[in-house]
Amino acid sequence: MIQMLQGNQVTVRYGSHAVVDGLSFHLKEGQWLMLVGPNGAGKTTLIETIAQGTSYSGRILWKGRDIRTLKSSELAQKIGVLSQRNNVGYAYTVEEVVGLGRYAYQSGLFSAKDDDGKAQIEKALEMTGLGELRHASMLTLSGGEVQRAFLAQVFAQNPQVLILDEPANHLDLKYQQHIFSLIRQWLKEPGRAVLSVVHDLGLARRYGTHAILMDHGKSVLQGTVDEVMAPDILQQVYEMDVYEWMREMLAQWQ
Amino acid sequence: MQDSRQLKRERFSPVTYCLLGAALFLTMVLCICVGSVRITFSDTVTAVWNAVWGLPIPENIAKNIILNVRLPRVLCVVLAGAALSICGAAMQGLLRNPLADGSTMGVSSGAALGAVIAMATGFTLPGTSYGGIMVTAMAFAFGSLVLILSLAYMLDRSLSTSSIILIGVIFTMFISSIISLVITFSSDHTRSLNFWTLGSFSGVNYSQVKLLGLALLVCGGVLYRFSPELNAFAIGEDNARHIGVNVKRVKLVILITVSVLIGVCVSISGTISFVGLVMPHIARMLVGPNHRRLLPASLFSGAIFLLLADLTARTILSPIELSIGVVTSIVGAVAFVVIFCKTRKAG
Repeated sequence: MIQMLQGNQVTVRYGSHAVVDGLSFHLKEGQWLMLVGPNGAGKTTLIETIAQGTSYSGRILWKGRDIRTLKSSELAQKIGVLSQRNNVGYAYTVEEVVGLGRYAYQSGLFSAKDDDGKAQIEKALEMTGLGELRHASMLTLSGGEVQRAFLAQVFAQNPQVLILDEPANHLDLKYQQHIFSLIRQWLKEPGRAVLSVVHDLGLARRYGTHAILMDHGKSVLQGTVDEVMAPDILQQVYEMDVYEWMREMLAQWQ
Repeated sequence: MQDSRQLKRERFSPVTYCLLGAALFLTMVLCICVGSVRITFSDTVTAVWNAVWGLPIPENIAKNIILNVRLPRVLCVVLAGAALSICGAAMQGLLRNPLADGSTMGVSSGAALGAVIAMATGFTLPGTSYGGIMVTAMAFAFGSLVLILSLAYMLDRSLSTSSIILIGVIFTMFISSIISLVITFSSDHTRSLNFWTLGSFSGVNYSQVKLLGLALLVCGGVLYRFSPELNAFAIGEDNARHIGVNVKRVKLVILITVSVLIGVCVSISGTISFVGLVMPHIARMLVGPNHRRLLPASLFSGAIFLLLADLTARTILSPIELSIGVVTSIVGAVAFVVIFCKTRKAG
């Protein structure tokens, strides 16, 4: 399997405090890597770092090449990021927001031809069930619809790696299930991989192939989902019996 | 329920351009006709038409007033209104801040300080009569922008709406007093404090029209070219980076462009507030937030608004001429409160 994304000793500091502390990871083709860990573990910061949103030390490699050497548009064609906070200030339509996903392909002075663009946008709108809302203003959408619009933007961007920060945020159960199976479907095509922060350990376990358990900016354990989410390890990091809690929650439905 | 949320928005088509162009043209003619000496519509059109094509102008027409006083002034007003308005639109998009504008962020006052210092020290560029003032104004405009943005960034990293404006307003007050100080101690009293803080177009000539026209053409072209990037920034800076915008470079280019344009405007007409703040909002109501349509719409609405403001300034208390900033501030402040309440209710 091809190594797509790799981090070597990535460290992010705010002042003297290391939010991400010497973390190394790798993401291979076909993997859905789940970043799990308690609040403040540095998961979102790690994602922002990969998206080149914060300065860091260490190296992040795209197929062996330092991503600092990639142009912004090249990076966007390879990695698509869905962040956690997405509120729009002006009355853009859903279609305009999704259409901006094609930005990286429209380089040149006067937006060069992007033959594939229209089809990709249509596909993205359809996948996320936003076809009917395409002309609606973003300001009139519910939180879940906004989330879907930005997800559609990432799909339109057609990257090889999806990086998702809490993709199920604001989504009701129907769309949670819908979006997660969409992403799983998306991942089936060759040459793709997903890295996501998911708070809900149940979702992480059900959809992830691999996981990194983070705590205080460090990686506690990396491996397959089953290896990482073993009872004793989770207990150590979350300082509670996660398995017992999950069972208790489940028992309510029986 | 979903249908009610569909936004029916007129495309900014060639027809819209023609309509706005016609409205602008008629307002310009009106502004040439009205004044202490009344001139008929046909005289104005004949004089301008004949002058453009080099034809002789009939004796009975007040040629001097039309061609040497009112026409350059009207052209300057159009260009300055358009320039200030698209600068406001671009900054509101770039910073995702509906209150951003040259005057609220202290850029205009920074430019004015630069111009005043250049005049007081007699700084000129060789070969130009006006270059020194203009270049200093641009440099100070850019310096103020960078200063205000870095201060705001130090206060809170999210660059929230209120912290930028707060710093901008304090900065503006501070700069006004410095300007007043410099003027007091300078031997050159050709332009008063009033001119720098409230603006005026009296006595402008064609060389200033050319300068403004060139600046608007170049800077306006750059801003229009960056429409997709401005859209991305208006949606969110993080989002812009994620879709592949070179955030740092684009930000720098747009801030420099805006500073240059505001610097040129201020060195010619002083600081005129509220045009860049209010007109983009009105344009946004008409054509939506997409900068491909918003920038042209702001350009036209800013030009028309400033023409009417200038007309009011020079006619309402005739023969006394008001500072144009008095008119734009009164109208703009009221319009702004209305817009603000409306968007608050809607949002």
